[in-house]
Amino acid sequence: MPKPLPNKIPMREQTPQERVKNFKEVPFGYTEEEAVIEAKRCLACKKPSCVAGCPVEIDIPGFVSRIAEKDFKGAIKVLKQKNVLPAICGRVCPQEDQCEKVCVLCKKMEPVAIGRLERFAADWEAKSGIVDMPEKKPATGKRVAVVGAGPAGLVFAGDLVQMGHEVTLFEALHKAGGVLVYGIPEFRLPKAIVQREVEYIERLGVKLMTSFVVGNTQTVDELLQEYDAVFLGTGAGLPWFMNLPGENYSGIYSANEYLVRSNLMKAYLFPQYDTPIVRGKRVATIGGGNVAMDSARTALRLGAEKSMIIYRRSKTEMPARIEEVHHAEEEGIQFEFLTLPVKYYGDENGWVKEMECLRMELGEPDASGRRRPINIPGSEFRIPADTVVVAIGQSPNPLIPQTTPDLQVGKHGNIIADEKTGKSTKKGVFAGGDIVTGAATVILAMGAGRIAAKSCDEYLKTGIW
Amino acid sequence: MFKILLKKELAPSIKLFEFDAPLIARKAKPGQFVVLRINEEGERIPLTIADAKKDSGRLVIVFQEVGKSTKLLGTLNVGDAIIDLIGPLGKPSEIEKYGTVVCIGGGVGTPEIYPVARALKQAGNKVISIIGARSKNLLIMEPEMKSVSDELYITTDDGTYVKKGFVTDELKRLISEGVKIDCIFAVGPVIMMKAVTDVTRPYNIKTIVSLNPIMLDATGMCGVCRVEVGGETKFACVDGPEFDGHKVNFDLLVKRLRTYIKDEKESLDLFEKHSAECG
Ligand SMILES: Cc1cc2nc3c(=O)[nH]c(=O)nc-3n(C[C@H](O)[C@H](O)[C@H](O)COP(=O)(O)OP(=O)(O)OC[C@H]3O[C@@H](n4cnc5c(N)ncnc54)[C@H](O)[C@@H]3O)c2cc1C
Ligand code: SF4
Ligand code: FES
Repeated sequence: MPKPLPNKIPMREQTPQERVKNFKEVPFGYTEEEAVIEAKRCLACKKPSCVAGCPVEIDIPGFVSRIAEKDFKGAIKVLKQKNVLPAICGRVCPQEDQCEKVCVLCKKMEPVAIGRLERFAADWEAKSGIVDMPEKKPATGKRVAVVGAGPAGLVFAGDLVQMGHEVTLFEALHKAGGVLVYGIPEFRLPKAIVQREVEYIERLGVKLMTSFVVGNTQTVDELLQEYDAVFLGTGAGLPWFMNLPGENYSGIYSANEYLVRSNLMKAYLFPQYDTPIVRGKRVATIGGGNVAMDSARTALRLGAEKSMIIYRRSKTEMPARIEEVHHAEEEGIQFEFLTLPVKYYGDENGWVKEMECLRMELGEPDASGRRRPINIPGSEFRIPADTVVVAIGQSPNPLIPQTTPDLQVGKHGNIIADEKTGKSTKKGVFAGGDIVTGAATVILAMGAGRIAAKSCDEYLKTGIW
Repeated sequence: MFKILLKKELAPSIKLFEFDAPLIARKAKPGQFVVLRINEEGERIPLTIADAKKDSGRLVIVFQEVGKSTKLLGTLNVGDAIIDLIGPLGKPSEIEKYGTVVCIGGGVGTPEIYPVARALKQAGNKVISIIGARSKNLLIMEPEMKSVSDELYITTDDGTYVKKGFVTDELKRLISEGVKIDCIFAVGPVIMMKAVTDVTRPYNIKTIVSLNPIMLDATGMCGVCRVEVGGETKFACVDGPEFDGHKVNFDLLVKRLRTYIKDEKESLDLFEKHSAECG
């Protein structure tokens, strides 16, 4: 067997100069030739370590070897056995921490570009226009309500409808997709792809009710009078602020607001679309995760002259996907590491003008295993900024727990549910995704939806809780 | 899609719509609001619920045409539909038996105070209402307010109807006449609500105001609606919209309301130019 090429086949993409002026997707994806060459780098290990690294245990050598044989239809079939949203996961999974991290090639060279190949296969299917509809089991007469149309809810709904149950999916916003439509920007995950997946779930027979806020329009208990079971996949939508003096000045956004305006409401197309957004010249984004990268890169595309990331630890501790950090650097985002904002200064109209920060140094590792940042006394300095985006995290939305008295929640407001079954503490109510784990990843939310679907099907058949 | 079943012009540029929205109407309580979106390019606009008819499933809203979205909304007619109507949102008013309650409505705050006044009356309170407008032709819902109030006082800024002055003048008069007031609900322009709280603060009369900051999702996920109450930041869409007026930082509210003033103008100018061109 010839030795594999040492590096991943690069994915062609828009140049940084070009792409900061538009909201189009950055990478173009592999051509068939590129995909086949990349797929041939895979050694098709007998005991593939990558599979264990994938939270939903995709048969990775299985789909990669089919790409190598140009059997693209076969590849997508293998992928879809475990992952119903491969076009999305291929784009947003942190592969460097999952499947690709444990690929055997890593010992000597770059791993197989599993994510890029996954994306290739999914895009190939979409382009071919032939999407196989799965067989549905005969109707059971059972009715299920799914709350929240993010990855967890979509996967749960899609699975249950195939098992023969009648499924209604309730979504508070006016569009289904959860973070995939309101959070992750177009340049990273085109909304047409999310729309395609939502339409697929609808074609399977799921009834979608958007603009329906469970807890307000109807409570979980009211849903339980009409439905045999309820799944809660309501995500981690409550934005954190830092409670700093001056944090309510105009021009200071939560990342959720900034991204909802830009992505969901299409404020980047204002005034063609009605929702405005502040097009700041000097934008400071606080945080080091995907949400922060997405915000800072959105700011550039909205015309910022300077877009900065303010992060209290150093580069190695940043939780964002490596590819996004790399893209952000290429685009000219400036990183202020080991920096903690402590106060804002505004002008006479109440607009933010400057941010006071402290320099930090790294101490001993904390509970997350990352070195704890400690502030350096007397190191105050100011960063001028006319727009600030606070992207330090979010926690579960309290609306459903507040309106469902007998649903047990943890100390961070997350709904308590069994990891292996998705069962909450309330009979007939399942939960999964960010609402249970706190802000995590798309693939974990999908995995949770799938696990809960299996045990919900059991429950509907047997009635045993 | 949510169909418009009834349209009424209450005053120049103030319109009332009844929407076919049985799910929301069934749950709506006084003090709550809805968010609506007219079309695919539309923004999400919050509007207080003026009435909810549970039997016929009709939801009533009243709005003043100020910006592009409300002007566009005003061009719709019976039979037309909007794409989204979401609610009921926010915490309902705290309706209990206080004793004597004064309900104050200014401008389009009057239709918003109406369901609150009615519920307070039903709860056994003595309801004294004060409603005001800039001018006679802008004064709305007088008969409705009359029907749910034990006493009703009216002011107009320019004196074209009943008494010249502000709603706060009537409030001051009541207080000086020694009327014992147990609670006040005030809904209207920010300056009016602030003025009311300034009047009642020295007397320590519980004063509840309904805040109208900029909103986006209105379900607690963005924080644009943050207001300061008693030095703490609150999300008006889920923690409110009603708050203890004596604790509200009105100056901050006013400043934050001006965040998009330039964009709002740009959007409106474009809309008016377009309307003029298309007749
Ligand atoms: C900006 C951003 C970038 C990210 N980037 C990545 C990435 O690159 N890779 C990755 O793996 N993960 C990423 N994540 C995290 C990932 O998106 C989430 O972990 C995942 O979407 C969680 O899925 P979910 O289904 O649990 O919830 P969500 O996607 O949050 O969906 C929940 C849905 O429920 C709805 N809802 C909430 N309350 C109610 C209610 N009361 N009634 C009805 N509906 C309700 C919400 O409107 C929402 O649509 C990112 C997150 C953000 C915010
Ligand atoms: S789903 Fe994610 S972790 Fe699994 S193989 Fe695909 S990229 Fe890797
Ligand atoms: S409007 Fe978004 S949190 Fe209140």
